[in-house]
Amino acid sequence: MTRSWVLLASALSLAAILSLITPLESLVELRRSDPGLAWLLIQELRLPRTLLGLGYGAVLGLTGAALQATFANPLASPDITGSSSGAALGAVAGAYWLGISGPLALAACGAVGAGLALAALFVIAGRRSETATLLLAGVAIALAAGAGTSLLLALAPSPFAFYDSFEWLMGSFVDRSLPQAAAALIPAALACAILARRSTALDMMALGDDVAASVGFHPRRLATEVVALTAIAVGACVSVCGAIAFVGLIAPFLARSLTRGHPGRALLPAGAIGAILLVSADLLVRLAPAGRAIPVGVITTAIGTPIFIWIVARMRRTVAS
Amino acid sequence: MTPLLDAQGIAVGGRLQPSDLLLPPSQMVAVIGPNGAGKTSLLRALAGIERTDGQVRIDDEDIAATAPARRMRFLSFMPATRNLVWPISARDVISLGLPKRDMDRVEQLVDQLELASIADRPVNQLSTGERSRVLLARALAARPRLLLLDEPLSNLDPYWVLRVLELIRGETIANGSAALVSVHDLNQIASFDRALLLDKGKMVADDGPQQMLQSPALSTAFRIERQASGWTIRGAV
Repeated sequence: MTRSWVLLASALSLAAILSLITPLESLVELRRSDPGLAWLLIQELRLPRTLLGLGYGAVLGLTGAALQATFANPLASPDITGSSSGAALGAVAGAYWLGISGPLALAACGAVGAGLALAALFVIAGRRSETATLLLAGVAIALAAGAGTSLLLALAPSPFAFYDSFEWLMGSFVDRSLPQAAAALIPAALACAILARRSTALDMMALGDDVAASVGFHPRRLATEVVALTAIAVGACVSVCGAIAFVGLIAPFLARSLTRGHPGRALLPAGAIGAILLVSADLLVRLAPAGRAIPVGVITTAIGTPIFIWIVARMRRTVAS
Repeated sequence: MTPLLDAQGIAVGGRLQPSDLLLPPSQMVAVIGPNGAGKTSLLRALAGIERTDGQVRIDDEDIAATAPARRMRFLSFMPATRNLVWPISARDVISLGLPKRDMDRVEQLVDQLELASIADRPVNQLSTGERSRVLLARALAARPRLLLLDEPLSNLDPYWVLRVLELIRGETIANGSAALVSVHDLNQIASFDRALLLDKGKMVADDGPQQMLQSPALSTAFRIERQASGWTIRGAV
């Protein structure tokens, strides 16, 4: 595990540095003509972008791992449970209907939306449901929240609401300010820090709720905590960067191969892997021709879909054997 | 002498009426009763899984307020379900039963339960019988004062039924601990020191195994009778 951590830390640092300096040509050119402006570019544009990529990726990985451990299901994740879509609905309602503009208040709206989506999942599917039930309930919630978001934007007082929010809805880190990054990442970091302390309890839940309870943990209370903290972390990030799919599904999956299958111990490595994945996806975005912005959510979905299908196929084989 | 387990007035709404139970050290007790009689509820209530009225004390300590690592030394619970989702190795599952890493103890259990050939395989790919042995090893790992085992003998072949009974006996004698074991097969209770009979959520008899097998309460609860040829349905001609 120590070797894995060294590897993860190196990859994380490399991704962060690349994210700060890419594209390099414009930075070098600017440094030659106006060094102050080059510094400003890094500080005002690339730093928040890098921080959001790292932080949001870590949130998706860590909360994905916590949801999977809680639902005892390797397919649970912020996107598949509908919480990301719920957060988007919350943020749109806050921004376009309640006239909220402060980033922290919007983050709270996102958290409320994500929390309601997860609460709905509990009611519809229950916590120890079959994979199919969980997925169908998640899909239903995500579709309903997505339609709700479109409806609120279509009927919004501002006629430009759809146009304004397109880039945000697709998931992007471009042109976010440092205060926006802080509004997303400070509540998210606090929520994730508490979640990370639950990893022993979540490992025990791998043996079932009864065993965990007999050892002195409280499965129900733990599940409520995981849901609330996930809603806060995901809601805050979605309110600033939009919903991003698949990172929260794949990062925990990869992390568990480092923790010999333990779902609780996988929380921190899943966070690190999520951060690496999302910053890497954002670096790919920058390969697009100048003037053409590809939302980062498109890249994660393009890479994530085949991996998702592979995980499902593998699960089917395991069940069959 | 203080009893090892002193449970007073434990009850589970709708499934277990208020019951008291005292267990001395080194005793192996079978819990029997027809389906739905409350066997699992009793074990879960004693393990602190079900919210109960009443109080459960082990070695004179109230276990409701005991922290996880310390609790592992007091009791362990093995559930009747063998459902395991995550691809954790059998060795790691046994380790989860220990408050501190102790590979010698894990290897000892791997040896005792003859798990060497499957110890590194993910438990979600093992057969039900193999999982039973792994989960039993986890329950025994911390050498707790009280073993609460729900149907540990189901899914086992005859060799393993005898081996597991021998292992539980060995653990209770060696550590001066006690075991409360729910069993389905009435022929197995002869291996225990004492038998508790539950019926419709009530403890209706508490006796030695041989006396229990002769007891009218057992016939009434199970609706069967003991004949020279074996058990028959009560009232059948």
